[in-house]
Amino acid sequence: MTELAFKGPSAEQLRRRHLAEKRFRLFAISSVFLGLAFLGVLFIIVAISGADAVRQAKMLLTISLDVDEFEEGKNSNSAQISKADFEGFIKKSMRSSFPDAKTRRMKRELSKLVSSGAAYELREFILTNPNQIGEEITIWVTASDDVDMLLKGKLNRDLPADLRQLSDQQLLWLDQLMEQNKLEMQFNWTLFTKGDSREPEQAGIAGAMIGSFYSVMVCLLISFPLGVLAAIYLESFAPKNAWTSFIEVNINNLAAVPSIVFGLLGLAVFLNFFELPRSAPLVGGMVLALMTLPTIIIAGRAAIQSVPPSIKEAALAVGASPIQAVFHHVLPLAMPGMLTGTIIGTARALGETAPLLMIGMVAFVVDLPTTFTDPATALPVQVFLWSDMPETAFAERTSAAILVLLAFVGTLNLTAVILRNKFETRY
Amino acid sequence: MVKKTLALAAAIIFSSSFAQARDQIKIVGSSTVYPFATTVAEKFGKTTSFKTPVVESTGSGGGLKLFCAGIGVKHPDITNASRRIKKKEVSRCAENGIKDIVEVKVGYDGIVLANSKKSEKFELTRKDIFLALAKDIPAGDGKLIPNPHKTWKDVNAALPAIKIEVLGPPPTSGTRDAFAELAMEGGCKKFKWIKAMKKGDKTLGIKKDKKAYKRICHTVREDGAYIEAGENDNMIIGKLEANPKALGIFGYSFLDQNANKVQGSKIEGNAPTFENIAEGSYPISRPLYFYVKKAHIGVVPGIEEFMNEFASERTSGPDGYLTDKGLIPMGTVERKARDKMVASLGNLKL
Repeated sequence: MTELAFKGPSAEQLRRRHLAEKRFRLFAISSVFLGLAFLGVLFIIVAISGADAVRQAKMLLTISLDVDEFEEGKNSNSAQISKADFEGFIKKSMRSSFPDAKTRRMKRELSKLVSSGAAYELREFILTNPNQIGEEITIWVTASDDVDMLLKGKLNRDLPADLRQLSDQQLLWLDQLMEQNKLEMQFNWTLFTKGDSREPEQAGIAGAMIGSFYSVMVCLLISFPLGVLAAIYLESFAPKNAWTSFIEVNINNLAAVPSIVFGLLGLAVFLNFFELPRSAPLVGGMVLALMTLPTIIIAGRAAIQSVPPSIKEAALAVGASPIQAVFHHVLPLAMPGMLTGTIIGTARALGETAPLLMIGMVAFVVDLPTTFTDPATALPVQVFLWSDMPETAFAERTSAAILVLLAFVGTLNLTAVILRNKFETRY
Repeated sequence: MVKKTLALAAAIIFSSSFAQARDQIKIVGSSTVYPFATTVAEKFGKTTSFKTPVVESTGSGGGLKLFCAGIGVKHPDITNASRRIKKKEVSRCAENGIKDIVEVKVGYDGIVLANSKKSEKFELTRKDIFLALAKDIPAGDGKLIPNPHKTWKDVNAALPAIKIEVLGPPPTSGTRDAFAELAMEGGCKKFKWIKAMKKGDKTLGIKKDKKAYKRICHTVREDGAYIEAGENDNMIIGKLEANPKALGIFGYSFLDQNANKVQGSKIEGNAPTFENIAEGSYPISRPLYFYVKKAHIGVVPGIEEFMNEFASERTSGPDGYLTDKGLIPMGTVERKARDKMVASLGNLKL
């Protein structure tokens, strides 16, 4: 009979085991690093190209505001001021700075150095300073996107003239302006205060930000209370039977439904049946709420499950009603988990475009939305729309919009982490 | 707290007045017309007292579907199209009570086949394009074989021995429809027996078979020579820069804006320039339209003024601001006819 003795692994076996251990660690670490590296590269590329968008070429113009150009001269009211030919003022000013532009073609080239938005900037200026009528003013106006690209080094001036957006003559004028310090880069306020535009130098993301904000507000107001109540009912009050398990399975399935399907649902129910307005953040928020609801319910149930049953039982034992036990004792403890789920669901909703496509929020909207029913877009939609524009100046603005979107999502996720850490209770 | 939020949510949903009147024009339709329509809409909003129209890019087909869904403020007022409205669509409109439609032609758009500036410029014919990109090509009389061509030299001995690689839009795109119709079919028709299928030809003994004709002429090969690159034309230009051997298909406005990166191939000896497309010598160009629901004029304010802005000389004329965006304007005669249509709000006639 042989002796049963524990022999232990041989030296060779041990060596292999350790090797396997090391290999596993190496793979794990390298996959983490690879993920980080991709994220880093993506972020750096977007940040580098987006950084240029916060500066915009501006041009200093000297404009004499002739009294005769205004209906009532110095006493014109705003409506009368608005009727003046602001484009004419700009053109006149440009021509007096460069009297060498004589032919029609040259005049046209000259006026193309200034953005078509300059006339509206001048109008704004005069509307706020009507006392300047009749005076000679100097004003910084936005230069055209081609000039902006040239100053940012994105337009190669060594190319043959027919291949670049600016002609030799235009370059000559711009060099003169630069020598006189009448052309410089300034902070691009337009980007953060204006709605969309077809001219890159006049385009802003404020409209999209407001649209996103309204949609997310509506989404939260609907999905949070509904989701929390559903989670509480299913977890604490619902009887365990075939019906509730059927509902449970369906909620889990709903969380995995592609977002475009919710868009189709929104189109059929909210727009066609309830006749809510198209392109409105109200409907966008409602569709996004449908999408976030299952996430919130699932996270909410998990949060309630993690509260020890002894707490509820103790409350019931001292005479609390079931509702009191849940709302006074279980819910406050489960709240951090529920909030985290809600915020992560909302962050996902913030980056969605597919469901918004169906309800008409992928649109060109210039006016800033002021109510929940005004037409609006959302940040990811703005990224999508700008990325498809032919003008090269839109590329950097696309990146800037991506950065703003990332900042929003990052803030939301950070809030989730802070909330979790702050309210985390240990038993 | 929960009760309060619930009440607030309910209040917001039910109190917002879903104004039955609309004071803002709604436009849907073609992604090709979108850059032009948005330019006009913005200008219109800034220079008049009307609100800036909202423009959605839904594609020509999708736009007409929304447009024809009915009369009333929840339906769009105007739809853009990069092709003419079809009979089927007109009858669907009529079923839903939209009897009066005004058709406004905007101008033309050229479709270009371009490659990177680093490579030689291509000189193609529509027949070359068909033979290089069709799924089946004719071999001898009345027979079809799967497209065997690997390089451009296989297609036409005068072309370089470069692998056929063409990046283009997917089948959902209006640009793809127009490309199939103008470039592929244009080359396909050069084969007599295929052309005969369209109307039937007794002397050749070929029966009329429009469906087969369309299938032969419009079907693009699926063996990797034609690469669907998505609807985003900027992406195609980026890919062409990275791969100097490939050709890309996109609209003229993108060639115009990226002339420092890519060059348009000559088709039958004509380069895709502004002048050539405008006078019609460049063969792959298509008209752009927008359609207006007459029942909405006077109900939604500003529609007539918007039409006038779009049709004015300073907008879509030869020196209009849309030409800076890459629109090819119509000739004087066509423009005059269009202006008459806009002024009289004449009904669409197919």
